[in-house]
Amino acid sequence: MRDFRVTPIRNGTVIDHIECGQALKVLHIMGVGEVRSTISVLMHVPSKDGGWKDVVKVEDRELDPREVDKISLLAPNATINIIRDFNVAEKYKVKMPEVVKGIVKCDNPNCITNVQREPVDTEFIVESKSPVVLRCLYCDRIQGDFTERLI
Amino acid sequence: MRELNRERDYSQMTSMSFKGMDIISVSDLTKDQIEEILNLANKMIPYAKGEKTTKALEGKILANLFFEPSTRTRLSFESAMIRLGGSNIGITDQQNSSVAKGETLADTIRTVECYADAIVLRHPKEGAARLAAKFSEKPVINCGDGPGQHPTQTLVDLFTMRREQGSMKDKNVVLVGDLKYGRTVHSLVEALALFGANLTFVAPDILQIPQESVKILEKAGVSTNLESNLENAIADADVLYVTRIQKERFPDQSEYEKVAGSYKVDNTVLREAKKSLTIMHPLPRVDEIAPEVDYTENAKYFKQTFNAVPIRMAILSLIIGGQV
Ligand SMILES: Nc1ncnc2c1ncn2[C@@H]1O[C@H](COP(=O)(O)OP(=O)(O)OP(=O)(O)O)[C@@H](O)[C@H]1O
Ligand SMILES: [Mg+2]
Ligand SMILES: [Zn+2]
Repeated sequence: MRDFRVTPIRNGTVIDHIECGQALKVLHIMGVGEVRSTISVLMHVPSKDGGWKDVVKVEDRELDPREVDKISLLAPNATINIIRDFNVAEKYKVKMPEVVKGIVKCDNPNCITNVQREPVDTEFIVESKSPVVLRCLYCDRIQGDFTERLI
Repeated sequence: MRELNRERDYSQMTSMSFKGMDIISVSDLTKDQIEEILNLANKMIPYAKGEKTTKALEGKILANLFFEPSTRTRLSFESAMIRLGGSNIGITDQQNSSVAKGETLADTIRTVECYADAIVLRHPKEGAARLAAKFSEKPVINCGDGPGQHPTQTLVDLFTMRREQGSMKDKNVVLVGDLKYGRTVHSLVEALALFGANLTFVAPDILQIPQESVKILEKAGVSTNLESNLENAIADADVLYVTRIQKERFPDQSEYEKVAGSYKVDNTVLREAKKSLTIMHPLPRVDEIAPEVDYTENAKYFKQTFNAVPIRMAILSLIIGGQV
């Protein structure tokens, strides 16, 4: 029997191996306010590699690709487990895209992507994955803490 | 400044690859492509002077969109286009275009590309040229997007140095003034690094070249040297590249005057200089170069202004596609 710290879920998604401390940001990405099902969060639980991790479990909901991309920026080692009928039906590791498109706002107020009504998605080159360093494809600016600027 | 990396395989690229190409940032150009532009610019000199004529771009139209003021860049592009036998249209005043009604840059570009074969753009927002290139099928040339890139100016500067000094390998280039914010400096430095010049940066601490840029240059094997005193750097200089120190950067007027005064180039400062020294300035200047210097053999800033025409002719004929 597995040691569940929360009630098992029948259907939904488990986001596992989230870097410690990032769980609330992951919740934020999923727009907790709008979710109509139960979400449980485990913070600072032991991980089998000997370290610590956060885990987020959402019932009756799967993630769309945009959400997975955002999670990959906050928690590059996270795994997504899709639960169907209490079992892990699918499992994959998030993969950070080479070009981050349309999910982060540029931190340069003078960047053309911050001009309202210009019909264009932001794009960032991933200069380094650990730590995550993003460079705006438009204004060339290396981004500061982007976790506050996910869109 | 980005990592200097020119290790991609460019051997397949020939002048064919210029046709339709956007010129957004110097870092998009390989060393070979830069060489090709400089060599072609050399051939353009008699045409730029009006000594020879060509109809290479006859029937072609260049759209000049200037959403920020410019004298030299706009006029030299127009002149280059006319010398190649082509024509110009353009916007020089936002107030007189639909931009005043709130039209987006994307829509403006999609409109203008219907009327022209290439687009020249200066815009106050950083990244505007990349956006324009995204929406335009026709090639876009970035002529300054806010404090961002201005690649054709860099090519003019390189061309001037090459004409005055020959190869830039192991030449000592001294850059003086605002090395922190000045847009021409960063892309020029990036390009000079490709050509093996030694770089000395002369500036007050608050305007000195960013540490990250120095690291990138050193990693690329460029010899760099930081100085706060112009006199210490002048004797070994082959090129002295002077930029304007802006008042706005200083908390108070007296501090500005003190600093600006100590970086002023005049005949006294030049006593220690090599006879072959080339003095350059992207212009407009305020008083960082004394008028007396204009009459020396070393002053090349007006030649630099002329050189803008052959360089822009070379670029236009390569990307629009016309043989001179
Ligand atoms: N029905 C369920 N309800 C809630 N959580 C579940 C359910 N099934 C599995 N989980 C959780 O999903 C995650 C992945 O489950 P799995 O059985 O694949 O564990 P694992 O073998 O340790 O996986 P990994 O190697 O990815 O850590 C674990 O955190 C587990 O607690
Ligand atoms: Mg596990
Ligand atoms: Zn940007």
